[in-house]
Amino acid sequence: MNAFVTDKTLSPASGADAAEREELLRVDNVSLSFGGVKAITDISFDILKGEIRAIIGPNGAGKTSMLNVINGFYHPQEGTITWQGKARRKMKPYEAASNGIARTFQNVALFKGMTTLDNIMSGRSLKMHRNFFWQVLWRGPAENEEIEHRRKVEDIIDFLEIQAIRKTPVGRLPYGLQKRVELGRALAMEPDLLLLDEPMAGMNLEEKEDMSRFILDVNQEFGTTIALIEHDMGVVMDLSDRVVVLDYGKKIADGPPEEVQASQAVIDAYLGVSH
Amino acid sequence: MVGSASASPRGEDTFPKILMQNAKVFGSRTAVREKDYGIWQSRTWSEVCEEIRAFSIGLKSLGLSAGDKVAIVGANRPRLYWAMVACQALGAVPVPVYSDSVAEEMAYVLGHAEVKFAVVEDQEQVDKLLSMSDEVPSLTDVIYDEPRGLRDYDHTHLHDYAGLQDKGRDLLAKDASLSDKWEEGFAGGKGSDIAVMLYTSGTTGRPKGVMLSFDNLVISARNGNAFDHLNETEEVLAYLPMAWIGDHVFSLAQAFTAGYCVNCPESMDTIDTDRLEIAPTYFFAPPRVFENMLTQIMVRMEDAGKTKRAIFDYFMGVARAVGEKILNGEQVSMKDRLLYRLGDFCVYGPLKNRMGLTRMKVGYTAGEAIGPEIFQFYRSLGLNLKQLYGQTEASVYITLQPDGEIFGDTVGKPAPDVELKIEENGEVMYRSPGVFVGYFKNDEATAKTKTPDGWVHTGDAGIIADNGHLKIIDRAKDVGKLNSGSLFAPKYIENKLKFFPNIKEVVAFGHERDMAAVFINIDLTAVGSWAERNNVNYASYQELAANPDVYAMIESHVDQVNRDLSQEPMMAGAQIKRFLILHKELDADDGELTRTQKVRRSFIAERYAPLIDALYDGSTSKHVRTEVTFEDGRKGAIEATVEIRDMNAYDAGKGIQEAAE
Repeated sequence: MNAFVTDKTLSPASGADAAEREELLRVDNVSLSFGGVKAITDISFDILKGEIRAIIGPNGAGKTSMLNVINGFYHPQEGTITWQGKARRKMKPYEAASNGIARTFQNVALFKGMTTLDNIMSGRSLKMHRNFFWQVLWRGPAENEEIEHRRKVEDIIDFLEIQAIRKTPVGRLPYGLQKRVELGRALAMEPDLLLLDEPMAGMNLEEKEDMSRFILDVNQEFGTTIALIEHDMGVVMDLSDRVVVLDYGKKIADGPPEEVQASQAVIDAYLGVSH
Repeated sequence: MVGSASASPRGEDTFPKILMQNAKVFGSRTAVREKDYGIWQSRTWSEVCEEIRAFSIGLKSLGLSAGDKVAIVGANRPRLYWAMVACQALGAVPVPVYSDSVAEEMAYVLGHAEVKFAVVEDQEQVDKLLSMSDEVPSLTDVIYDEPRGLRDYDHTHLHDYAGLQDKGRDLLAKDASLSDKWEEGFAGGKGSDIAVMLYTSGTTGRPKGVMLSFDNLVISARNGNAFDHLNETEEVLAYLPMAWIGDHVFSLAQAFTAGYCVNCPESMDTIDTDRLEIAPTYFFAPPRVFENMLTQIMVRMEDAGKTKRAIFDYFMGVARAVGEKILNGEQVSMKDRLLYRLGDFCVYGPLKNRMGLTRMKVGYTAGEAIGPEIFQFYRSLGLNLKQLYGQTEASVYITLQPDGEIFGDTVGKPAPDVELKIEENGEVMYRSPGVFVGYFKNDEATAKTKTPDGWVHTGDAGIIADNGHLKIIDRAKDVGKLNSGSLFAPKYIENKLKFFPNIKEVVAFGHERDMAAVFINIDLTAVGSWAERNNVNYASYQELAANPDVYAMIESHVDQVNRDLSQEPMMAGAQIKRFLILHKELDADDGELTRTQKVRRSFIAERYAPLIDALYDGSTSKHVRTEVTFEDGRKGAIEATVEIRDMNAYDAGKGIQEAAE
């Protein structure tokens, strides 16, 4: 054995000491229906500060609906949502955003005609404090503020290694890079909770590896709590600290990846048994 | 010695000593610029001196001492260049390594060099080194530049570059005499000490560690500076692998001896933009870079409107006719001069600006032969692009083209202080102050390459023309003969084909065979753009390569080359009789190219033996299965049926007539 010890102790994020972590978000007995269609039925789970929480389930299980409930896009008919210790009233998505919840979308939702830089800058708009007047005038305080924001954005560009496409309109970028820009825009909000809706959908293996690395780095470097929906089980099992499994709008399992993987209910849901 | 006079009238013979001198003489001049967070961040020579001192003392506190080897792994970052000089100040020897080489290759080099420390760029390299700790038992500590993702690693033997510098600064603050002691430490260093060890990429066999002394590098660099009148006002872009002698000399040795500014790009993908912003005055690139730039221009011009294209074509015609003559200071009529001026305003100027070559005083290309048409293209724009011929073993310079004496087919006259001779078998040999000390732990190879009186075998076949210029024909071992007795110079044929923007790589076969035949790689950018414009759908390189229209296009290129070859008495016999388009791109990860992107002929011959057989057995198609390595190291295989086409040969000297019919 040589003197260069090779153990790398990973961050203590796994289930073992989860109990010591503070609760960031808690969902209690939430139900959501659209007319007669029950999208979510009586679901409760929590997201702890600093963890990577995966929400998985077969198609139509209610995963995206769940994210939409968390960021205030849908309002559940029943149940409560507790955000940073406070039970939340009905909330608009932009209120969720200013409260520190950012998200990316299953289908890329960027401003196609704008450059990467401008798209990420748009993520800072909630943090711009100068009013319209100053923004129009631009000189002085507004300029300084913009420089400050640009500095943050450049940090993110550096972090996501997208320097080469800084000035490229995002509509011209390949899909994998657009996803990365979208992540950048969400990061620009410096969120407490980052919701990722299938961040790796449609990516090739290499892009997936890059994206996984970025998600882990975001979690470790910025300490951002992440809730993600993903279909690639390998990715989910490697990245997440805890996994919640939905099927037909109901929660069927919740726990560390190994435990969930072994659960009979989950296996049935994925392989399909008669309901 | 006009050019370097301002920078080096003194006798400093090692880089640490030159650094101290530069900090005094050029204290407030910019030494290094790096684009970071979208802004060019500059450091002056005195700041660089401080950075290097702090890091060097930090390294010392970790236990680095004279004679130790330190691996340098990563892209061109100022901190990695500083690390090399910081090591040299302690008498340790830096060993820059190709950062994109696969773990196995790198492990061999690091193990062979017995490196004690490694200074690396980021997590990727740290992980790579961690994975090879068993093969490199001498390695004790790793220092990284970019801390991202490394926070939770065990830091007993892993150090942050900035942290180590801070440690050095603390020690300096505590002990006022430490700085003087540090300087005394290298004041006694000699020019004959080993400065650096560079592993040659090795077209054949295992890489060899070339040991270069300070004398080798410093004298060669000063000669190079004087030859092209380079001084402290130059700007260069450091973007080629740090493990390559070219980068080491241009971005470190010459920068230190002349005192000029080295610019490090933001990332490998932004080089084109960064070059445009910096507009280097002294620029070096292997032919491939010039080829790519030309391909991009041609592709874009094809997308341009009719008027623009007409203007471009017209003025490129003017440039071809008189551009080089004007550059060489020859007689040109007033009308042509005015036309050329106008062309410069409309076409050449904007083109040069796009390429970031507007301020280029002198540019070099080397590494392999550049296609004469490509070379002429740049020269006709008024760019002083020249060829040089060099080797790691020579500290780069063997021959250089002096200003005004540019011949497309030669690589110039012997560089200052270089003696040249041609062996009986046609091999070029040289002797110079830059000749390497020896191969590390490989006396046998040293003895084979370097004679006791200091002459070095280049392995290249060449002739010295009447005007005193050296002409390289090919690798000495590659030049062959067809069974008919005609001369077969594979690289010559390949370069002719590679001038076509649609063709990226070519491998020619013919030695001891009945005819010349080639493998072709299409250029995905150029052909892809053509496909887009013509509504040709394709999902992969493989599919596009097999497209009949693409075949027809390539066939016309091969035909053109045959016509050209028929015009040259020496080469007419080696016209291409059959060709095929390979079903995959040649790739360094599969061992088909070297890390400097040169074709590994013998390896390809072995790997694609069935395809070569098919070229010569008359069949029109062949099914093959090829194993490939993906970027993450996994293996896979691709299968394809490759079509082979027959070509007509032209009678020697008759090509033009037929073309006119």
